[in-house]
Amino acid sequence: MIKIENLVKSFGPKRAVDDISFGVERGEVLGFLGPNGAGKSTTMRMITGFMPPTAGKVAVGGFDVSESPIEAKRLIGYLPENAASYPDMTVEGFLKFAAELRGLAGQARRKAVQRAIELCFLDSVLHQSIDTLSKGYKHRTCLAQALIHDPQVLIMDEPTDGLDPNQKHEVRNLIRELGANKAIVFSTHILEEVDAACTRAIIIDRGKIVANGTPQELRSMSELAGAVTLQARGATAERLAELGRVEKLNGAFRIYPKDRSSAAQLAQEVVDLVNLHGWKVEGMYSERGELDEVFRRITLPDTVKK
Amino acid sequence: MRIIWTITKRELVAYFTSPVAYVFLVIFLLLTGFFTFTAGSFFERGEASLASFFGWHPWLYLVLVPAVGMRVWAEERRSGTMELLLTMPVTTWQAIVAKFLASWIFLAVALALTFPAVITVNVLGEPDNGIIFAGYLGSFLLAGAYLAIACMTSAMTRNQVVAFILSVVICLFFILAGFNPVTDLLTRWASPAVVDTVAAFSVVTHFDGFQRGVIDTRDLVFFLSLIGYALFATGVIIRGHRAG
Repeated sequence: MIKIENLVKSFGPKRAVDDISFGVERGEVLGFLGPNGAGKSTTMRMITGFMPPTAGKVAVGGFDVSESPIEAKRLIGYLPENAASYPDMTVEGFLKFAAELRGLAGQARRKAVQRAIELCFLDSVLHQSIDTLSKGYKHRTCLAQALIHDPQVLIMDEPTDGLDPNQKHEVRNLIRELGANKAIVFSTHILEEVDAACTRAIIIDRGKIVANGTPQELRSMSELAGAVTLQARGATAERLAELGRVEKLNGAFRIYPKDRSSAAQLAQEVVDLVNLHGWKVEGMYSERGELDEVFRRITLPDTVKK
Repeated sequence: MRIIWTITKRELVAYFTSPVAYVFLVIFLLLTGFFTFTAGSFFERGEASLASFFGWHPWLYLVLVPAVGMRVWAEERRSGTMELLLTMPVTTWQAIVAKFLASWIFLAVALALTFPAVITVNVLGEPDNGIIFAGYLGSFLLAGAYLAIACMTSAMTRNQVVAFILSVVICLFFILAGFNPVTDLLTRWASPAVVDTVAAFSVVTHFDGFQRGVIDTRDLVFFLSLIGYALFATGVIIRGHRAG
């Protein structure tokens, strides 16, 4: 549905987005990760046709965004950063306006507005003007606007920013549900969201894609991935050291695999060692790796790395 | 066309749901009343015309029209709704024209509410209503020209005050180019051809005809092309922002 080829955006001498290519298909939920100023919003603005790219191509549903912007924009629902909306309008008025701009009229418009209201739980604030709403409701109003025409492509710039934990949870569930038959791209810097909602994640740093894969794949890039944590009476760091580097945690040991290829057998090796020495196991588990750590390692400049 | 009307309607509703519209209307009507009847010595003239009414319009609009136009784009940029609007299936053109039209309709409403002045002269004497109609048409076009300039300066900045000041300065230039004291000053050292060319850029010169009841194609073309040009420039400015 979305196809991005060698996309570049320069602001003066600075390259905010530097030669990015990726695609998103129907049924995919792509998480767009990166530190502040990495170029996430700029990329999204180019996908939605708000900013023309300096070079490269964006196609949505087969339509080139620069050449046939109207056709491309029809397919897209967009939640901009900070969920901007017209503060002087009521929620209902705003949604009607959005529906009308999307070419919906009469019965179809009424239905679309009703559907969006239900999806985003806006019943209780329908006739309130937007500037009197709390941040969570404002956010959901803008989200409802993006969903009003049941778009095939949904682009969301930090959809959970400023929401409370319950609302975050709701929005993530909504994204996951909608993702079944849409192509969704959303940006975030909350890593747990990637696990909660994404089928794939891209990490971008200083305008370049530095990682692209499923949450599992990204996690396996972590140093921690495959490490085994063992808590056992009788166990000593010296004995465990023959399997790999050992780190002492309070009362437990964490054994890191020597290299990626030996990671798969590490758990078995630990078990063998435990049996050999007759240690009493109190707890043992295999680490999946932490996105946090991957994110930090990839996006921090070399000098700051720990 | 429907898209344009949708946006225009939203803007108009926004005007009339905020107190700004009513404050503006009241001030506009008070000032036109004051200038016409007191400063314009309507009664002392002893003639049944609205010359003292229309004569002040270039100066009155100088302050009031930029006040209406300053928010048109600056507000959208500041609040981020511009991104929302322009990522809808809407062209930049449709948005520019729609927003301009909404403000112009609002100014037309304000102008229409000066109807008691027309009634007054008709009660007191027998004015030439054709001249009055031409005056209203000219005044409407004049307001449109100022408004288009205000829209343009509004697109330049997200600060409404800056937009206001810029458009006042530009509109002032369009008045002064044909303002008698200025043209007199120019004739001292420039050839008459130069003076005429400069004066031809002035809204005052072109508004004069309407006040005398003459609807001249050249004047119509002047105002409409000024509006067209300013709106075109607005488009270029907005495209410039988006290109970064």
